[in-house]
Amino acid sequence: MTGTEALEIVATFLNNEPVVLANGYISREFFNVQDREGSFYMIGSMGLASSIGLGAALARPDRKTVIVDGDGNVLMSMGTLAMIAAARPKNLVHLCIDNEVYESTGKQRSLSNQIELEKVAQANGYPYSRRVETPDALKQAMGEVMAGEGPSFLLIKVAPSFDSNRGRVTHTPEEIRDRFMSVYG
Amino acid sequence: MLNSKSFADRLIAEKFDFFTGVPCSLLSGLISDLESRPGVNYIPAVREDAAVGLCAGAYMAGSLPVLLMQNSGLGYSLNAFTSLNLIYNIPVLVVMSWRGFGGKDAPEHIIMGDINEPLLETSGMPHAVLEPGDEAGAEAAFQQALDTIRNKKIPFTLLVKKGLYNEGHH
Ligand SMILES: Cc1ncc(C[n+]2csc(CCOP(=O)(O)OP(=O)(O)O)c2C)c(N)n1
Ligand SMILES: [Mg+2]
Repeated sequence: MTGTEALEIVATFLNNEPVVLANGYISREFFNVQDREGSFYMIGSMGLASSIGLGAALARPDRKTVIVDGDGNVLMSMGTLAMIAAARPKNLVHLCIDNEVYESTGKQRSLSNQIELEKVAQANGYPYSRRVETPDALKQAMGEVMAGEGPSFLLIKVAPSFDSNRGRVTHTPEEIRDRFMSVYG
Repeated sequence: MLNSKSFADRLIAEKFDFFTGVPCSLLSGLISDLESRPGVNYIPAVREDAAVGLCAGAYMAGSLPVLLMQNSGLGYSLNAFTSLNLIYNIPVLVVMSWRGFGGKDAPEHIIMGDINEPLLETSGMPHAVLEPGDEAGAEAAFQQALDTIRNKKIPFTLLVKKGLYNEGHH
């Protein structure tokens, strides 16, 4: 499964949930797969998609909130896994697109081929944490995490695939903010 | 506004409802006051940049956040402020202790104490200083903070000197 295929599958499980996307190709590719009002494309602040998602989930416990993180982003902010596990927001789904590289900056290797991030999440105390490696396993797990109680962590092992010729997010940062806020009604 | 209780009362009266941060001894009184209040949830953050992210998410989901931190955390969080809050226009009230003020502090605080205000200025982060004994100045600073948060929608930093919010810890 490629990163793009994984994002395409993830998109089919979403309605109008607030979704916070990691910086780099993850935001760009998800924008190209499906541009949703509720997608917060985090173009800077590497590592903070998880804390932004946690803040949103805590402020609105009635809204299912999804983080689409990357392995490099998760490794940069590993302490945030502890914050999420400690706060235990039932409404939070934490996905990690794990291509074992910093794909956005030229596929330099990250540490996630040696460090099992789903075990890190589990050891921190996420009540649900799984690794998936195939489209079928991803679909099944997405069904579980979107219907079940969190915080849940899903490590999605993928092959690098993002196409640097695909466009960047065309909305301005303020437009991204306003669109994201609008899904709270 | 010049002790922890009155400042926390004021924050809550102005509808601030989301509190997080990394502790500083100069803010210890304020943090324990907040933690002791029923209905107030102070969320311990592991790093100041993560606290900035937490506040940004909370703000966009409808809360009004306050971030408590030591000025040493400004270095850790500068990228978060400049590549998140200041480009998306996401406000937060930052209550930042001013360690190293006037060059009188432990060695690790001296440089940041010295560059604290210029660093905020050069980053485009408006701020004001709370001084012990200056109630009118604190009131004006707080009004400026509220105005910046509500209208400009960017972070505003209240720099807190020793002797304001560190009751019970010296
Ligand atoms: C603080 C900081 N350091 C470095 C970068 C450069 N950078 C942008 S995206 C990225 C890689 C992110 O890695 P990952 O989360 O694994 O996502 P991927 O690129 O693999 O999709 C890096 C290092 C940055 N934007 N910010
Ligand atoms: Mg990666």
